[in-house]
Formats: sequence, structure tokens, C-alpha cells
Amino acid sequence: MSEMLLRIEGLTKAYPGVVANDHVSFDIAEGQVHALLGENGAGKSTLVKMIYGLVKPDSGRMLLRGKPYAPAEPRAARADGIAMVFQHFSLFDALDVAENIALGMETPPPMRDLARRIREVSETYGLPLDPFRTVGDLSAGERQRVEIIRCLLQDPKLLIMDEPTSVLTPQEVEILFQTLRKLSAEGTAILYISHKLEEIRTLCDHATVLRLGKNVGECVPRETSARDMAELMVGSTLKTPERVAKAPGPVALELTGLSVASPSAFGTALKNVSVQVSQGEVLGIGGVAGNGQDELLAVLSGEIRAPRDAVKLDGKGIGTLGPTARRALGLLSAPEERLGHAAAPDMSLTENAMLTGSVREGLERRGFLKWGAAQAFAERIIKDFDVRTPGPGNAARALSGGNLQKFVIGREVLQRPRVLVVNQPTWGVDASAAAAIRQAILDLADGGAAVICISQDLDELMEIADRFAALNEGRLTAPRPTAGLTIDEIGLMMGGAHGMEVAHV
Amino acid sequence: MIVLEKRPQPSQFWSLATPIAAVVATMIFGGLLFAVLGKNPVEAIRTIFWDPLLGEFAFYYRPQLLIKGAPLVLIAIGLSLGFKAGIWNIGAEGQYIIGALTGAGVGLAFYPMESWIIFPLMVLAGALGGWAWAMIPALLKVKFGTNEILVSLMLVYVAEQLLASMSLGLLKNPEGFGFPGSRNLQQYDSAHNAELIAGSGMHWGVVAAMITVIFAYVLLNRHMLGFHIRLTGDAPRAARFAGVNPARLILFCLGISGALAGLAGLFEVAGPAGQISIDFNTGYGFTAIIVAFLGRLHPIGILLAGLLMALTYIGGEIAQSQMGLPAAAIQVFQGMLLFFLLALDVLTNFRIRLKTREVA
Repeated sequence: MSEMLLRIEGLTKAYPGVVANDHVSFDIAEGQVHALLGENGAGKSTLVKMIYGLVKPDSGRMLLRGKPYAPAEPRAARADGIAMVFQHFSLFDALDVAENIALGMETPPPMRDLARRIREVSETYGLPLDPFRTVGDLSAGERQRVEIIRCLLQDPKLLIMDEPTSVLTPQEVEILFQTLRKLSAEGTAILYISHKLEEIRTLCDHATVLRLGKNVGECVPRETSARDMAELMVGSTLKTPERVAKAPGPVALELTGLSVASPSAFGTALKNVSVQVSQGEVLGIGGVAGNGQDELLAVLSGEIRAPRDAVKLDGKGIGTLGPTARRALGLLSAPEERLGHAAAPDMSLTENAMLTGSVREGLERRGFLKWGAAQAFAERIIKDFDVRTPGPGNAARALSGGNLQKFVIGREVLQRPRVLVVNQPTWGVDASAAAAIRQAILDLADGGAAVICISQDLDELMEIADRFAALNEGRLTAPRPTAGLTIDEIGLMMGGAHGMEVAHV
Repeated sequence: MIVLEKRPQPSQFWSLATPIAAVVATMIFGGLLFAVLGKNPVEAIRTIFWDPLLGEFAFYYRPQLLIKGAPLVLIAIGLSLGFKAGIWNIGAEGQYIIGALTGAGVGLAFYPMESWIIFPLMVLAGALGGWAWAMIPALLKVKFGTNEILVSLMLVYVAEQLLASMSLGLLKNPEGFGFPGSRNLQQYDSAHNAELIAGSGMHWGVVAAMITVIFAYVLLNRHMLGFHIRLTGDAPRAARFAGVNPARLILFCLGISGALAGLAGLFEVAGPAGQISIDFNTGYGFTAIIVAFLGRLHPIGILLAGLLMALTYIGGEIAQSQMGLPAAAIQVFQGMLLFFLLALDVLTNFRIRLKTREVA
């Protein structure tokens, strides 16, 4: 192993009520691809924020090439050769690539020189990018390139990447990995944050596993099975959701030639979507975020209206019905955005149980609300889905993301839907809760309900779905049985590399 | 360094304590203002808050409390429903004027016939007039997406012009020796909104305000429509997901606030004011906005806030006449109340922490 680049010794950071990092120590060598692995809330983000100078540790210290390193702000971290690509891009759509990069620099060179340097860097690392293209026209993968090139222009010693593949197709991931391998070969260390185990196994030299803020183990990913790493991450043995194979029943929900415009200016219109879901079947819908997932959920929940016969439930046209009427018929849904869409942040869990439960759970009579029944329903959700909260009187925003997700999914599942549509059901949920949610979805299907699961987590879809279809720019591919589907085929269904060139390395 | 830290959930304590803290802060800073104007601050505060209730002439001022409080509560309750849902009717003053015009118009049309049916018809006409005036911003918003704040506000000035035209033209008292203004409804028994108990200040408008408070309380806490109003204010997307039709909610909220403002106008013109005149409106529609927020958009809170606001009106007038305080100073004083309330409101959702600055 080569020289030590960054040594982290006993870093501790506490927030009111929670210790985010508790005496975390590990080393990153020069040129190493080091994975930081952990569930949501394990303290990964806090740790990298300390390295990048966004958060100051309570105690502990860092050594950069043997010298004490304590960045007061990201600028200081960048001056010391540390760069970071965030999960959420900070780019201006209306500006071009070079302008966006210049905005992030202390002393930007003249635009012509900058464009030349962008071209140089992008060619060296196999990240083709035209400096004069408008960012608004770029795909997610290309936007990520802008962020990476912005970092590479600083000639970093350590590149931190926070969940970089969540917005990419498998083909785009492969291109990214080639770039990262080349960087590592040239001596740049990479701190790679992810919870996707297979990715870490293909890319990383070394992994540090965090659980509840503590370093609970290190491993060499290539020599460790994904299951062992997952158990290290969760701290207990994982139960894989089980399902009983059985023949699908009659068609429950049918979309025929469905085309609707998006209500939002930056949304994606659905174009001629046709698909059938049978009773007892789970249909998985994959695709890179922003390809019409939100619109598909809205047109099924009734938030967007469609021609009557474009959406059929049990053979009856329901396209023109609103959310309440659809719930009465048994078509329930759980949107991706928990706070503000699936649940009202400042309202209590009882009120949030009323939000979708009023019709099917009989929580109202002639418009008058039965709060007692609503509270009992909320308590049932909390109990059955193991929602960690002091009680149903708590505001939705006081719950952690994973707990609120359990509440939102539980609220719909317990209403005995005939058809359930979920968008990103386990996003931001820890592994054991995710397994419980997936199991609940499978149990629902076994009970005869049809389930549409929209997700960007392909592993999840492979695990629970009977058939898989992909959304790409508002078009839905023909569904194919998941059994025997390869990751390559899935990638192509999702639109391949979106016209991105493969790295020349 | 002082930092604001978001509370995990809104503080129950502060949501009740901020209105009281705001009143106290207003007394302190209002007192300072009066001191700068060269008046004795303690005496001024006592004149405003104490004399109307328990002073020597309180028997005269106490009924005034109901007379001034009723329209404020009536209008503020209507506004609060919309405000809760994020629908901003700023033009209650205009709806108040139109309600008075249509209500009084119906009454005057029957003059000099006497019948028990006339007053109920006037009430209905007043409510319909305010409702119709509020439907203008509502329909424009639903159909064309116009901003209801601007439209409803601008319609106040249109209503004022209509009021002037009516009191000089169509509704002018033919026996009024050419003076502007309508016949006095206090002298027309069938149309007079008289005190139900003489000397108490209790007229039909006060009864209507009480009923509205109860109605609003039940609506917001026990009915689906009220739940949808609150849901829309908290999370519009979640409301749509729950099945709320935003257009219908806009029509309902603006409609009901307009109708209640119209009612307030009718009860005022048929009772305490007595006649349509150029300066009939005295700003109840705007003050009600303060009342709605001072009362936390909660029906009971609005009832208390309406009475408090009425108190500062009456006390302010006493302070003007007895201590020579300028009218503008009283208005500043009332404005302070809203200012401090909104400023202290931060404490409901945030807590203040003193912390040592992290060393750079």
C-alpha cells in the first residue's frame, strides 16, 4: 500500500439528541478508492462534511499527509486538495457549462482559457463535455460530469463522491467507474459513499462501515460478499423478502394509450403509455429520476385527470375521477415525496391518517370527522409497521424519513387496496425497514392485490417485481418478466447511456 | 452568536404565549412612543386599556366594545378560513361596503312599508352583496390565475367610489335637504338593526358574530371541509393528493369571507351607523386582518382579539380626546401589535439559542 493521505482519528460530532459520529477513525491511502458504507443516518454525511470543512468536529483530529488538518470552511479544504461532488447538483440551468464552472472558482481565468482547460480535462479523463452547452439541456449523467470536472480542475488529492450513481443508468455508471479508476491510477484518492453493495464490490479497494455513528468494521469489498457487508451495515442478519410464485389473476388495472402533459414546467409529459397489471402481480417500473415517474403516479392517484377509458380499474373507465372517488374504488397510492405530498408536515399523524384514510376506513360521516377512529387507525399503522414515534399526536415532520415512509406505506397497505401504486417505497429507509416494506408489498400481492412499484433502485425491483418496465422520457417500455432479465438489458430499456460517449481510457 | 433552531414540531406553549407577549411588547414600546410625544406613558396606556372597561365612564364605553368588536370578529372569522388555506382576501373592506349598499338598498326599496320580512331580506341581500363582490377576485383567480391579493384590494377602491356615487345619487335621502347620504335606517323600524337589550350594545350583528365563531370552530375541527382548508394551507400538494379541488376551495373561502364581510356591513349600516354616507367605512375590513392574525386564525382567539382591538379603538379615541394624542399615534400603536405578533411568531417554530461562535 502506498503513502497515507488522510488519517482520521477519533472524530466525534454530536447534535442535540443524537451522536452523529462517535470516535470514528480510519485511513485513506494515496490513490485508494475507499468506500464509506452505511445505512441512512449512520453518520456518513456528517463525516464527509467534517472532512470538507462544512461541519466542525467536537473532538478528534485529522492528519493530511502527516500534518494536522482542520478546515474551517470548504474553501480551505479545497485549497488543501480536497474536492467533493454532492448528491444534489448545484448548477444553473440557464448558464452554459463553462459559466457554471467559473461560478464555483475563486479566481476564474478568462472564459476562453477555461473552456480550453475544460476540454483538456474532459478528454484526459474520458468525460466528453462541450463547455458551451447550456446545462438545462444536459442529462443527469452529463450534469454530474460538470460537477466532476469542476472538481478535477482543482487537481484534487482526494475526491469525495456522495451517492454518485443514484441518478445514472447502469451504462452511465460503467462510464463513471472507468473515469474513477483512471483517477485512482494517477494517484487521486477517492472517498466513495454509497449503500449499493455491488457497486462498492466492483469499484472500491477498501471499505469502512459505519453504523449509528460508529466505525463497526473495515473490509476489502472484493473479498467480502454483499450479504456479509449488508449484515455488517445493519448489525443483524437480514431477512430476504419471500414470495410465493403463483399464476396472475384477471387484469386489475389497465392503461391504454395514456398521454398527459405534466402540470409542472420542468416535468415530463407521459406519451402513449399502455400497460396492464393483474391481480396478485407486482409490476416494477424503473427509470432514471425525472422521466415521468411523478406524472405516472399523479395520473394514477387522480391528481392529474385523463380521458375516461385511458385508465381502467377492473374494466371500468376511471380516468376522469378524482383521488377520493378512486380511493373508494380501491386504487390507492403513495407518492415519493413524503413531506408535503404524501403527508402534511405540520399536522399530527392522526390528521395524516385522516388524509387518505377517511373514505375506506370510515373516518367520516356526512362530512363530519371521527377523530377517535382516525387516532385508532393511526395507532394501528404505528404498531403494525413499527413506526418509531412517541404517539399519533406527533407532527409528521418530527419523524425521521424512514419512519415517516413506514407510516405512509402502512397507511395505504392497511386500507386493503385492490391496486396499490407506490413511488420509491424504500427511498431513504434503512435496510431492515426496507425489507419490511418490501415484504408488506409482496404480502399484499399474495392477497390478490395488484401492485405497481415505481423505483430507481433496480435491485429492489428485481427482488419484488414479477415484470419490469422502464420509463424513459415519458414513454413506458413493454413490460418483461424479471426472471432472467440481465442488468444490461435493463440498462438498455432505461435508455442506455443517453447518448453519452464511452470513456476513452 | 444568537442562532434560531427549528423546533421538531410547533410549540404549543408559544403559539398561545406569543399574542400575550405581543400585547405586552406593544404596551412597552407604545408607552415609549407616547413618552417621546411628551405624554405620560402610564396614563396613556391606562386610558387605552383600563378606562373603557373599568374607568369612571365605563358604562358608556362597554356597549361600544360589542358594537366595534362584532364587525371585526365577523369579518376576521371569514378571512381566517381563507388565510388558513393560503387564500388572501385583502379586500374585506370593499365587500363590507358592498354588503352595506345592497342590504340598505333592499331596505330603502321597501320604504315606508313596515313588515317583519324586510330585515331578514336585508340580511340576505347584505350577505349576497359581499359574496358577489368577493366572487370577482375568486373567479378571476380560478379562471385566469390572477392574484387575489391585488384584485381584492383594488376592488376596495372601486367599492369606495360606488359608495360615494350611491350616497350622492341613487340612495340619497330625498328629504335630506340636498345633503349627501341615505335616509336614516334607525328611524325606519322594519329595517333598524336595534339593540336587542337597550344600552347593552347587543344587536343582531353581535349575535351573528357569536354564531359564526361557533360555526367556524366546528367547521375547522370537526368537518372535512375545514380539514381540507387546513391541509391546503400546510401542504398544497398533499391536499391535492387527498382529493381537494383547489378551485372549489378558492371559491368557498373567498365567498364565505365576502358574505361575512357583507353581513358586517349590513349590520353596521342598519344599526350603529344608520345610513349610507360617503365616509361610511372606517377600516374594519383592514383591521380585521390584524384581528385574524392576532387571534392565531383560531375562532376563539379571533373572538378575544376582536374585543382587544375594539378596546384599542375605543381607548384610542378617549386618549385622543382627553390627552390630545394624535390619531396617527394610535394607528401606529395598533400597527405595532401586528408587528410584534408576527415577529414573536418565530418562537412557535424556532427556538433561540445562544452559542459561542465556532472558531474560524
